[in-house]
Amino acid sequence: MSKGSSTAKAAYAKLQEAARQNWEKLREKPLILVGAATCGRAAGALQLMEEIRNEVQRLGLDVNLLEVGCMGHCYAEPVMVIYNEGFPPICYGYVSEGVGARIVRDFLVDGDPGIEFALAALEPNEMLPTFTDFPRGMHEKKIVMEHCGLIDPQNIEHYIATGGYASLVKALDMAPEEIINVIKSSGLRGRGGAGFPTGIKWETCYNAPGSEKFVICNADEGDPGAFMDRTILESNPHLVVEGLIIAARAVGAIKGYIYVRAEYPLAVQRIALALQQAREAGLLGQSILGTNFNIDIELFQGSGAFVCGEETALIASMEGKPGIPRHRPPFPAVSGLWSKPTVINNVKTLSYIPHIINKGADWFKSIGSEKSPGTAIFALAGKVVNTGLAEVPMGTTLRELIYEVGSGIANGKKFKAVQIGGPSGGCLPEEAMDTPIDFDSLTKAGAMMGSGGLVVLDEDDCMVEIARYFLDFTQKESCGKCTFCRLGTKHMLDILEIITKGKGRLEDIDLLVELATKIKEGSLCGLGKTAPNPVLSTIRYFREEYEAHINEGRCPSLMCKDLIAYYILPDKCERSCDACVGSCPVEAIYSNEDRIKVIDQEKCVKCDSCMVACPPQYKAVVKLSPPHLVAEREKGKE
Amino acid sequence: MEVTITIDGKQIKARKGTMLLWAALDNGIYIPHLCAAREETESPPASCRLCFVEVEGYPAPVTACTLPVAEGMVVNTSSERVNRLVAAGFELIMSNHRLDCKNCPANGNCELQRIAKARKLRLKPKNLPVLHRDLPVDDSAENIVYDPSKCVLCGRCIRACRNHGQSVVGFARRGFERVVTTCGDVPLGESGCDSCGECVKACPVGAMSLKKK
Repeated sequence: MSKGSSTAKAAYAKLQEAARQNWEKLREKPLILVGAATCGRAAGALQLMEEIRNEVQRLGLDVNLLEVGCMGHCYAEPVMVIYNEGFPPICYGYVSEGVGARIVRDFLVDGDPGIEFALAALEPNEMLPTFTDFPRGMHEKKIVMEHCGLIDPQNIEHYIATGGYASLVKALDMAPEEIINVIKSSGLRGRGGAGFPTGIKWETCYNAPGSEKFVICNADEGDPGAFMDRTILESNPHLVVEGLIIAARAVGAIKGYIYVRAEYPLAVQRIALALQQAREAGLLGQSILGTNFNIDIELFQGSGAFVCGEETALIASMEGKPGIPRHRPPFPAVSGLWSKPTVINNVKTLSYIPHIINKGADWFKSIGSEKSPGTAIFALAGKVVNTGLAEVPMGTTLRELIYEVGSGIANGKKFKAVQIGGPSGGCLPEEAMDTPIDFDSLTKAGAMMGSGGLVVLDEDDCMVEIARYFLDFTQKESCGKCTFCRLGTKHMLDILEIITKGKGRLEDIDLLVELATKIKEGSLCGLGKTAPNPVLSTIRYFREEYEAHINEGRCPSLMCKDLIAYYILPDKCERSCDACVGSCPVEAIYSNEDRIKVIDQEKCVKCDSCMVACPPQYKAVVKLSPPHLVAEREKGKE
Repeated sequence: MEVTITIDGKQIKARKGTMLLWAALDNGIYIPHLCAAREETESPPASCRLCFVEVEGYPAPVTACTLPVAEGMVVNTSSERVNRLVAAGFELIMSNHRLDCKNCPANGNCELQRIAKARKLRLKPKNLPVLHRDLPVDDSAENIVYDPSKCVLCGRCIRACRNHGQSVVGFARRGFERVVTTCGDVPLGESGCDSCGECVKACPVGAMSLKKK
C-alpha cells in the first residue's frame, strides 16, 4: 500500500504541477469567463461568446476567453467574469446583446470596468462590493458550488489546479474501512431526497458478500423546477467523478456508472468528456495513478421516465428491463445491479465526498445542523426575484432563503407558499417560514427536503391548481405497477380536476385526505408513498381555498379557468384604444354604443391576451371569480 | 429448518425463509392476494397490495408476500389498520374492474368474490366512481376470450404463458394505461397464441376465459 501510495502521490504531483502552470498562464492575459451552462445558454450565453470573440478580434486584443458553467446567479444570466490586471475579478450580470462587447471594449481598452453592469467583485477590494457584502452572499456557504462557474468544466487541468483529485490520492492511501468511517462520522446524508446516511449505505455494501460490486451516480433529476444536479454536472463534472471513484474505492466496486437523463444533453457531453480526460490522465481505468486500484466509470443515459430516479427502477432500466420499482428489501446495497451489491448516490451526495475526505469529518460536521450536517443546495424557482442555485448551510430558515438569498417575491406581489421537494414535497405557508431547512424539520412541517427544488408561489397561484398540477405529474409518471399508486393517484387527480372546475363537493376534501393517507401507506415505492404530499399539505394549510372552489365556485387566486371570467371595467376603458380588440384571437370583444369595449362571454376563450394588451395606464381588463359576477356587474350598469 | 410463528393466535410451523403469505395459506389461514406466485421467490411482484398484515415489531403493515418468516414472529392478519388498508386497496381495484358477476365465467370461482366474502367488503365501490377504460374484448383467439376491462393486472396469466413456453402476453404501457397485451398490441388470434388455456386457469378474475362452445 505505501509503495503504491508514494507512486500515486508522485504521479499526482506531476499532474498538478503541469495543471498549475497552465492555470497560471491563463491569467497572464486578461481572462474572460462566460457562464454557458444550460441556464446561461437559454439566456444567450453562446451569442455573447460570439459577440465577445468578434469584438476582441476587431480590436486586436489578446485575451483568454473561456466557456464555464454556472455560478448559481441564474436570474442575471448571461453572466460574465473578467479578470484584468490591476482590478479585482468582476462578475457582470444581465449581459444582453451589445453590452458584452461594450464592457470588453471599455474595460480592456480604456480601463473602465463598467461598474454599472457589475453584479459584484469576486475578491475583496476597495472599488466594488463582493458577493459576500450582499445578504445572499452572507448566507451562502459554497462547498459543492465553490468552483462552479469559475473553472472550465471541459478542462481537467482546471479542476486539478484548484485542488481536484487530491482527495482521491488521499483515499488511495486509506483503507476502505477508514474512508467509510470518515463518511460515517461526517454524518453526511443522501441528498437525493430521503436523507439516508451515506456512510451506513457504503458500509452495508462493503460488508455485503460478493466480489463484484457496483457504484452508481444517480443523475436522473426529474422534479419539475429542480436543476441542481444538471448545473453541477455541467459546471464541475470532475467533482462528481472523483466522488464516485472514492465511493468505488470504499465499497470495493469493480465498476461505476453515471446514470444521467438523456434530456440533459450538455451534461451528458461534459461527463463523457470528463471521463475521457480522467482516463487519459491516469485517474480512471486500470492502475489508477500507478497503484493497483482499478475502476472504470461508464455513462448510462436514462430514457425519460421520472420513476427511474427511484433506485430499484433505475437498476431495472440499466438491466434492460422496464423502469419499474421492486420491493425493498433487499436493498441495492445488498442486491442491486445484476443482483450484486450496489451503492447508488445522488450527484450532490457524491460531490461532498472529495471535500469531506480532504477536510475531514469534523470540518463537515461543523457546518449545518446537528442531525443534518453540511449545506443544502436549492434550485430557487418560481416567483422569487433571484432565481438560480443557492448553497446554504442546513438550518438556514426558509425565510432567510427566500427573502435574503432570493431577494423576496417578484413584482411586489404577496408571498403565498413555497413548494419544496417537487412532486414528493409539499407547500408550506407563511407561518412555516421560520422552519429551518433540514431533513427532519421539513418532513415534520409536511414538506420534504427532496432533491432541492424550491418553487416560490405568490398570491396569483391557486393552491388547488398547484396540487392538481403536481398530482397530474406523478399520475402520469406512475409506472402503474401497484394498485395504490396506479388507481389511487388517478382518483385523486379526477377529484382535483372536478374541484378546479367548481363542481366539487365538500366531502371530496375528506375523500382526498382518506385516499392520500392510504396511498402513502400502501404504495410500493417512494413515488407513490410521497405523491399525495402536495395535496395533503395544501389541504392542511390552505383548506379555505378548497372550500372557496367548492362552496362558492370561486378561485381566490383567479387562476382556475373554469371559475373566472374576463371583464372590462367601463370607467377604466379608454374607448378609442382598441388594443384589446386587436389582441383577441376569437373576436370576442366589441365596442358598445359608448365605444366602451365589452367581452362576449360566450365567445371568450380566457386566453389572457386582452389583459396583456390593455395598456398599463388603463388596466381596464380584470378577472372576476366566480364568473357570474360579470353578468351582475353588467346588469348593475344598465 | 423449521420455525414456529404465530398467526392470529394460532401457532404454525413453516420452513425458514418461506414468505409469510405461503406459510399462512398452507396452514389454512387466508390472506387476500392476487399477484403473488410461489415460484417468484427472488423478487415477488408485490403489486396488488392486498396481503398486508401487521407483524409485531414492525411500525406499519407489511405485505405478507415479501416477508420471510422468522422464529417467533407474531402476525395479525386483520388488525383494524390492516383491514382499513386492505379495504382501501380492494375498493381501488374494484373501481377499475368491470363488474358483471352474473354473466362472468369466473362467477363462484373468483378471487375478488372470495376476498369480498372473507373480509366482508363490497364488490361495488362505495366512495369511488368507476374508472372506465373502454378497452375492447378480444375474442380473436381460437379458444380464449380476453376482457381487459376485468383485468386486475396481477400478472398471473403472463407467468402461466411463460411457463407454457409461449410468452404471448406481457405488461405494456405505464401508469393508469398499464395493460396486459400482446407484443405490438395485435389481437390474441394473430399473436401466436396456441389457445392452450393456461392463462384461463391462472386468471383469478375471469378476464381470461374459455369460449363457450
